[in-house]
Amino acid sequence: MEGIQNISRRNFVKVFGLASGGLIIGCQFSSEKEIVRIDDGTTFAPNLFIQLKKDGKLILICSRSEMGQGIRTSLGSAIADEMDADWKYVEIQQATGDKKFGNQNTDGSRSVRTILAPMRKMGAIAKQMLIAAAAKKWEISASECKTEMHYVINKNNNKKLFFGDLVEDAMKIEVPKDVTLKNKKDFNYIGKKLKSIDIKDFTHGGATFGIDARLPNMKFATIARCPSTFGSVKSFDKTKAMAVAGVEDVFEVERVKRPFGMLGGVAVIANNTWSAIQGRNNLEIEWDKGKNGAYDSKRYAQRLTNRIHTRAKVVPPTKGSVNKAFSNASQIVEATYQLPHLVHAPMEVPNALAWVHDGKCEVWAPVQSPQSARTEAAAYLGINEENVTINVTFLGGGFGRKSKPDFVVEAVALSKRMNAPVQVVWTREDDIQHSYYHTTNVQYLKASLDKNGLVTGWLHRTAFPTINSTFMPSANYAAGWEIGQGMNNNPFEIENVRYENAKAEPHVRIGWLRSVCAIFHSFGINSFIDELAAKAEKDPLQFKLDLIGKDRIRKEKSPHPLNTKRLKNVMKIAAKKANWGRELPKGHGLGIAFYYSFYSYVATVVEVSVINNKVKLHNVWTALDCGMYLNKDNVINQLEGSAVFGMSIALHGKITAKDGAIEQSNFHDYILTRMHEVPPIDITIVDNDEAPTGVGEPGVPPVAPAIVNAIYNATGKRYRTLPLSEHGIV
Amino acid sequence: MKTLTINGKNHNIEAHDDMPLLWAIRDIVGLTGTKYGCGVSQCGACSILIDGELAKSCSLPLSYGIGKNITTIEGKTTNLEILRKAWSTINVPQCGYCQSGQLIAASALLDNNPNPTDEDIDIAMSGNICRCGTYSRIKKAIHTAVKLKNK
Repeated sequence: MEGIQNISRRNFVKVFGLASGGLIIGCQFSSEKEIVRIDDGTTFAPNLFIQLKKDGKLILICSRSEMGQGIRTSLGSAIADEMDADWKYVEIQQATGDKKFGNQNTDGSRSVRTILAPMRKMGAIAKQMLIAAAAKKWEISASECKTEMHYVINKNNNKKLFFGDLVEDAMKIEVPKDVTLKNKKDFNYIGKKLKSIDIKDFTHGGATFGIDARLPNMKFATIARCPSTFGSVKSFDKTKAMAVAGVEDVFEVERVKRPFGMLGGVAVIANNTWSAIQGRNNLEIEWDKGKNGAYDSKRYAQRLTNRIHTRAKVVPPTKGSVNKAFSNASQIVEATYQLPHLVHAPMEVPNALAWVHDGKCEVWAPVQSPQSARTEAAAYLGINEENVTINVTFLGGGFGRKSKPDFVVEAVALSKRMNAPVQVVWTREDDIQHSYYHTTNVQYLKASLDKNGLVTGWLHRTAFPTINSTFMPSANYAAGWEIGQGMNNNPFEIENVRYENAKAEPHVRIGWLRSVCAIFHSFGINSFIDELAAKAEKDPLQFKLDLIGKDRIRKEKSPHPLNTKRLKNVMKIAAKKANWGRELPKGHGLGIAFYYSFYSYVATVVEVSVINNKVKLHNVWTALDCGMYLNKDNVINQLEGSAVFGMSIALHGKITAKDGAIEQSNFHDYILTRMHEVPPIDITIVDNDEAPTGVGEPGVPPVAPAIVNAIYNATGKRYRTLPLSEHGIV
Repeated sequence: MKTLTINGKNHNIEAHDDMPLLWAIRDIVGLTGTKYGCGVSQCGACSILIDGELAKSCSLPLSYGIGKNITTIEGKTTNLEILRKAWSTINVPQCGYCQSGQLIAASALLDNNPNPTDEDIDIAMSGNICRCGTYSRIKKAIHTAVKLKNK
């Protein structure tokens, strides 16, 4: 079968330097490294992801990080399903960061999308080998056997053999060249409701997050970092810090000029976290604020706004002539939207425990990308990656922050210096003030309507400091993929279009946050077409469906090209659920928004009321088409969470800077949605057999514009900047 | 040497009187189920029960806990056990990090109000942030716990 191959033992030993014998198979992950594994005599381990013990215990390896998206349960269930394993024997182990597992980056809503098929194959291989072992024992053909809940069954006489009892025989079976995957109707776990495999640990305080990692004789550390990005220490006085009980050392650490290198500052080492925090509070530091020391986000937004109102760099594709369309228009509509920086603020702050000793380095940390953590640690220490082990703990939320392992480099640096295990803990203030921020954005949109209210021309200009600037400091135009997150590839059928990108210099570290540029492009586009519908005096839902146009699959270079029928379908579902068009109580309004991101289709309708100039959310209806899904309840949970994440963006979210320093510091001024603000959330998941696509992120982009559109519908007032709290209506 | 009584067990520890209970429990006693989230009593991740009353351990000094009965997420109370079942039935957690605090806060709610309305729940749980956004499930699970209890 495609991608899975026998690899000779000799090659294997050469590549991996292991001596023990057994089964060796590989699986090609689309354009990624080969996956190879070997079983060891007591365990049937036909590949990197499966270890079957003689007592039936089935250990499945999860190569992606668990940060709340339920991936341990999902990927495990895919393997177990194809194996016909009994879930009660399943234990999930977290893979360390190692290229042999293929791509482990847990971001881009890609885990299920890219490795569901390989994981199913891994399970199917194991099952076929177990069947072959049983058939050999019974001296019958494999076709006379079937599997059911951890047993191979002889179809002739219903005799059963337990998976665990087949371990030794299965190890002698050749790896199959070809395996058949199950039909959808035969799934036991895939597509069904499966509880989180970690529920018991989560409800008893037993799950080990990064911040819970403990080693004997470990030290705890905090670092004072310059308030402005990339500033440095001019001088510091450690006397008072050293006087704090429990503080053991205070010293300066240099910035590491790599994208995921550490910021540097003054480190405080103590024998407990509290003393490290207290010690830091007592430091006296004079900073050289550096080139970003004058950053003022309010002035900066004004500058971008000015810039966006003049012609900027044209971004392909251009179609027809917008100028001609504008001059022939019956009506012209234009609007400018502006959104602030945001920060991830996962409930578990960045942290890492490292132990550097004897030329080796071991790390325990909540990382979304253990391989980049490994690379950074090795680069810092100047040792080979083979000497670095990254143990991935549970992540108390990630949202993109924990893809950037600068905090791992800090722990590694401090451990090396202290010659002891050191855990670096960021306080919440650190997390909010020294992050890789979601970028700030300004958009200008202009469109022409003909006399029938149809859109004839579309100009979309966007400006935002690019994520590329984190990797190439001189980058000040958007990356193609950032623009491609829905801006220059919107789903509309419009004759004349032009896209432009204006320059935007970065003054903080820019990073990706859950759904990335789709957040602001969705806001701009969904707000603007709502404005167009109003100008055209048409029902917003019908206007938007018409703008998307006829059913078609877009011609594009993509593993999952946009299918407008699926997009319109989720819009219709969400609208139907909301009973779109019904008569609403006074002061109430419905708003709809949709977005295609991470190859999935989402539409959200929100019902709000605005009474006495205060907005209240009453209902959220979201429909998602993500193709085939693994765990329905988990998908629903993700979409409920996305709605809440979007509410935080719409209502409260803002990071601002003055004199180079971030003005917010904790949850009193970086406000997140709380329970009392959350209305009933209704989620519909479309059932189909399409390829699996993203789940973790696509739910976020439609939420904020749906809220703003609903407010317009309720009041006639259009809000073009977020958060709404700035307008005094929250 | 000071003694903290946590989940019915005495722990003799050496620590400064001013150290917040959170860090004493996590770093000195070594029970890590109680979480740090903000350090300023804003998020509820560090929630514990002190003599049965809900408290934010990040903002109370160690000295306050001496001679009192502390319950953490590693402990057991009647309502906590029922809530755990409900959390499992509803499959509440995503990342799980805030759930220690959510469960402790919910148990304190049920200790004081055996049959809370949605509004009671909103008020009682408004001190606990869940960045993953599992609020709807938490609310549902609290109602489920009440049903389980009345069975």
